Amino acid sequence: MLCQECQERQATLHFTKIINGEKTEFHICDTCAKEKGEYIPGSNSFSIHQLLSGLLDIDQPLSSTNSGLNQVKQQLKCPNCGMTYQQFAEIGRFGCGECYKTFNEKLDPIFKRIHSGNAIHGGKIPKRKGKDIHIHKEIERLKEQMQQYITKEEFEKAAEIRDKIRSLEKSLDKKREG
Amino acid sequence: MSLQNFISKAISPWMKNEGPDSDIVLSSRIRLARNIEEIEFPIIASKEKLENIIEIVKDKFSKHTHRKFGELELLKMDDMKPNEKRVLVEKHLISPNLSDESKAGAVLLSEDESLSIMVNEEDHFRIQILLSGFQLDQGLNYANEIDDWMEEKVDFAFDQKRGYLTSCPTNVGTGLRASVMMHLPALVITRQMNRILPAINQLGLVVRGIYGEGSEALGNLFQISNQTTLGKSEEDIVDDLRSVVVQLIQQERTARETLLQQSKLQMEDRVYRSYGILSYSRTMESKEATQRLSDVRLGIDLGLITDLSGSILNELMILTQPGFLQQYAGEILSSEQRDQRRATLIRERLKLENNA
Repeated sequence: MLCQECQERQATLHFTKIINGEKTEFHICDTCAKEKGEYIPGSNSFSIHQLLSGLLDIDQPLSSTNSGLNQVKQQLKCPNCGMTYQQFAEIGRFGCGECYKTFNEKLDPIFKRIHSGNAIHGGKIPKRKGKDIHIHKEIERLKEQMQQYITKEEFEKAAEIRDKIRSLEKSLDKKREG
Repeated sequence: MSLQNFISKAISPWMKNEGPDSDIVLSSRIRLARNIEEIEFPIIASKEKLENIIEIVKDKFSKHTHRKFGELELLKMDDMKPNEKRVLVEKHLISPNLSDESKAGAVLLSEDESLSIMVNEEDHFRIQILLSGFQLDQGLNYANEIDDWMEEKVDFAFDQKRGYLTSCPTNVGTGLRASVMMHLPALVITRQMNRILPAINQLGLVVRGIYGEGSEALGNLFQISNQTTLGKSEEDIVDDLRSVVVQLIQQERTARETLLQQSKLQMEDRVYRSYGILSYSRTMESKEATQRLSDVRLGIDLGLITDLSGSILNELMILTQPGFLQQYAGEILSSEQRDQRRATLIRERLKLENNA
């Protein structure tokens, strides 16, 4: 058998990797094995994702003893790309942006494990698309304020804020139409 | 092609040994992962959809001139020969993954190669800024500028709660990976690295050898990067990395001084032995070349070797990789042939320097 790296010399090193039931066979020659540090295409990302999928699947032993939980897991399927939670756990990668919403309830513990306890974004907001987000945040803040006035029975002030909210919401609608 | 000519064409600015603290920090890199809204990530998207993305890139980005980076050239992986792709990998402009495993993969390159945008790698876009020396802030500024420029024309997948959405959960949020390549021979020689590495890992940063596997770092080169991308702002992520790098630079400098004071003769012997071997060898494996080049570079930085320029490590580390050797030879080489070519190239390169 020829070495799968150089396709020139006889393969002298044969090994099989089994990770999560996925079997990969390697046949390489001495020289290429020595050079392994020098260049093996994709070897790096491969190991990272295998490691990661182990991490995502960490709750599997628990859920397999609990058939109820297991069913919920199987039912989660992204309406946009069709990826199931099970597939996500196996390959360690999302299929599309919509997956984040579909699997949302399961993601907090995963993100916290990967990102030293963080699950909520604290960085950049896109300039153009983010304009709406800034307005949404302002509306949320005003709604809370309005609730406070209502509980304090200061209805005039609450009405003022209600108008502010309405005009902000209108500006969002206009944007969508335009 | 003459060697001089080949080198001048092969060298990207980041290898030129310029910029702050470039005696220890060889290069700084900022990478942002971005995806287009509503299109599946490359891992499951059909080839048609991915080719569509390339069309978008062609239409909106490659024909237009960006004011800082000039015209961007689009290279499709399918149109390139294996060795051409390999050379780009060795220059750190694309990933091995894009080169070998992507469907409809492509890269947008700026003329000076400080900006590369990988298309259809793990994410639709990977914006990468690569600068020489210790310039993380500048890198982040440039990357942000390109990010804004792209966002004017395409809708990125973004969620208020989770930030920029990426294929891999390890990149979500900022999509930012900031990294530096450091040459830390004195910390390795004085055996301090084993003590420092675990401490760095505890700070949420990742250290790995650039060449070689696991903890063994060939050529005393280490890449240090942030691990977490979610929760902190881009500036904080870069600040945290920078503060650790600053400390490492100080420790490396102290260790170099100690070596010079306490064992100058041994150091001189070590670096000149390597210089001699590089100057006269007839065949050399890449592992040995990397280690010898590290010694010589240390000799230059310590002022022990004065007739060579400091860029020699950065340059030859890249030029002696298999892809470059094959490109220079103009043919595919066996590993024995490569070892021979490698020794020859190093010898000739050192001669160039001595004549200059």
